[in-house]
Amino acid sequence: MPLYHTEDQAMLADSARGFMAEEGNISKQLRHWRDRNCKDGFGHGLWKQMAEMGFTGMLVSEDDGGLGMGHVEAGIVLEEIGRNLTPSPFLTSSVLAATALGHASSDLKGRYLPGLIEGESVFAVAIDETAKHRPSRIGTRAEKSGNGFKLSGSKSFVIQGASSDMIVVAARTSGSDEDEDGITLFAVPQDADGMSQNPVRLVDSSMASHIKFDGVELDGDAVIGEVDGGREVLNAMLAAGRVGAAAEGVGVAQGAMDMTVDYLKQRKQFGKLIGEFQALQHRAAHLYSEVEVARAATIKAQQLLDEGAPSADLMTSVAKAKVAKAAGLAVKEGVQMHGGIGMTDEYDIGLYMKRDRALAEFLGDAYFHANRVAQLSGY
Amino acid sequence: MSDLEKFRAETREWLEANCPEEMRQPVREDDDVYWGGRNATFKNDAQKAWFEAARDKGYTVPSWPKEYGGAGLSPAEAKILRQEMAAIGARPPLSSFGIWMLGPALLKFGTEGQKKRFLNEIARGEIRWCQGYSEPGSGSDLVSMQTYGEDKGDHWIVNGQKIWTSYADKADWIFCLVRTNKDDKYKGITFMLFDMAGEGVSTKPILLISGNSPFCETFMDNVKVPKSYGEDCPGYVGEINRGWDVAKYLLGHEREMISGMGGGDRLTAIGTAMTRHAAKNGDEIDPVLRSEMALFDVDALAFTAMAEKFMDEMKAGKGHPAQPNMMKYVGTEINKRRHELMMSAGGSRSLEWESEETRGGKAPRDWLRTKANSIEGGTSEVMLNVISKRILELPGG
Repeated sequence: MPLYHTEDQAMLADSARGFMAEEGNISKQLRHWRDRNCKDGFGHGLWKQMAEMGFTGMLVSEDDGGLGMGHVEAGIVLEEIGRNLTPSPFLTSSVLAATALGHASSDLKGRYLPGLIEGESVFAVAIDETAKHRPSRIGTRAEKSGNGFKLSGSKSFVIQGASSDMIVVAARTSGSDEDEDGITLFAVPQDADGMSQNPVRLVDSSMASHIKFDGVELDGDAVIGEVDGGREVLNAMLAAGRVGAAAEGVGVAQGAMDMTVDYLKQRKQFGKLIGEFQALQHRAAHLYSEVEVARAATIKAQQLLDEGAPSADLMTSVAKAKVAKAAGLAVKEGVQMHGGIGMTDEYDIGLYMKRDRALAEFLGDAYFHANRVAQLSGY
Repeated sequence: MSDLEKFRAETREWLEANCPEEMRQPVREDDDVYWGGRNATFKNDAQKAWFEAARDKGYTVPSWPKEYGGAGLSPAEAKILRQEMAAIGARPPLSSFGIWMLGPALLKFGTEGQKKRFLNEIARGEIRWCQGYSEPGSGSDLVSMQTYGEDKGDHWIVNGQKIWTSYADKADWIFCLVRTNKDDKYKGITFMLFDMAGEGVSTKPILLISGNSPFCETFMDNVKVPKSYGEDCPGYVGEINRGWDVAKYLLGHEREMISGMGGGDRLTAIGTAMTRHAAKNGDEIDPVLRSEMALFDVDALAFTAMAEKFMDEMKAGKGHPAQPNMMKYVGTEINKRRHELMMSAGGSRSLEWESEETRGGKAPRDWLRTKANSIEGGTSEVMLNVISKRILELPGG
């Protein structure tokens, strides 16, 4: 598979780009909802429109009513989301939760997937229990109780947790906290008794919940996949989410870089366009190179994941880490090269910096993934 | 079975039968690489057998047309051959500036007579070429060069000096940029071809900080360069005074080649080998060094993907024409970092300059050699200038 988009994918990219620039742009979405202190941090109207575009169910199989597309296609949509800083449940619902639900019983699929595909439902995933991503450790417990389970423990930084109709929760059904085995995934409805959420607003205006489960009773059919065998599904979900976050990060980087390069061509100081100064030219050219390399790593990871290649896991961590570094550079250079105006709330470049910070942390930062690259490579 | 699958099966079989085991080992010594030329000698029978088999099959230059000594492979077939060779770790049967640089220039700008003669000689490894571009005072600012060819009707008389001519002391012929018009900086350069055994050409190796001297100074003292070597075979490539077009095209190739040194197409982390090697010698990798290696591997593996993407895009005609500059910049910076880490991982052993165990201080010599990567073929700073002007379209001279 060559490392560029096929004709069909290029067409999808064109329509996603047009749609997101028109409907998902910063003034219509991010600033609009932020300035109204929206409790969800995103607009349900846009989510509905994304369903009409066919985006919401793109990773859902055709048998289950979706489009049966792959990570390259989901990445195309995510890049445009990143470029426009569009707040939406796409990454959590259509990528992470959809991947988990792909392993669910037909009963669970029937309950949740139509709502996702129609843009009616929003899902969240609850994995982390600490401020740093550490999915090897799952302490939240689900004890057998009657025909079902009783869920106890807590999860932190669950993105859009309070806005979701259902939350995919990774819990421990056997073993100790650090064990590989003994994990089970559950589909927990928003209205479950004993679940309490404490939503907090994050730096990028998105909402995340700290969730407590106090003996939440779940039916046996809330289980996604196999009891005690959830690690595999969790890993599939993480891989999809990480490669998706990388794609969104490429969009954030590109958006910030484009803004900055435009600014270099307009802003005059000392009687010259600042883009004429070699000190800035070299930094801009270095930034361009880093973003291109990050983009290449991302499409490579998407393709390997779609092929089910053994090296997909390694490349996914390479992409997540590389994008975090490149996008981090893009937003830092962006703010610095804009000078004073870059520090104002009125100007958009700072919004890129905030989104990048949240995205870089989500599902493991550059250091987490560099460490993983070393571990997967045997050192 | 599709045609390509069939080609892959046949290629695998052919390699199995023709690539000796000894040629499937990493290159360790300088003479593990076969460069061809009038005075070439083979290191051993395996090197000879592998070269001859590849030459007869057209696999020294697989994608060149058959009539010019190649195998006429399509891009897809050439990729398969590369993959299959990489899979068994096969060494290139022949390395040469003729293949990497002059060949592509002749394919694009040469006359039929030049192609027939020179491309075949290159493919068969008969003539070893070197490149005469830089001059003292004209490095990355190549067009400021002074070597002058005075027009004498059917020939030029060339006087001047070139520098950084890699392996000029071992080369048979030179492709050389010569000023033929002093009034126009760009449209006054001719891309000449001449035999270095001729009168007036002399070379002197330049000792580098690595203690080696792949580079030379080359002096031209009243060298007679014919305008023609026979029917349809001019002594220059392209048009007279328009050699800059050829040189520019060729520099693109050189940059790809140098950038490729940081790449390769296998997803292999460098940290693995460095850590294993250290452990074998009873050394421990410091956690901070390990984290440096991990961050490096992220960049190197991402660049490997970039190299693959770049090749795919080039073949499909999708790439930006200045993209090789970006590849050169990133690839050479990565290669330098790689060797810095290798020096750290090796500890004091990497300092040994001369010992059998360290194969003559290969690690420190290679480390020092890589410092040239971001200078030769245009400095990193020149690459950044090109990216900012031609890709980002930033303003100003």
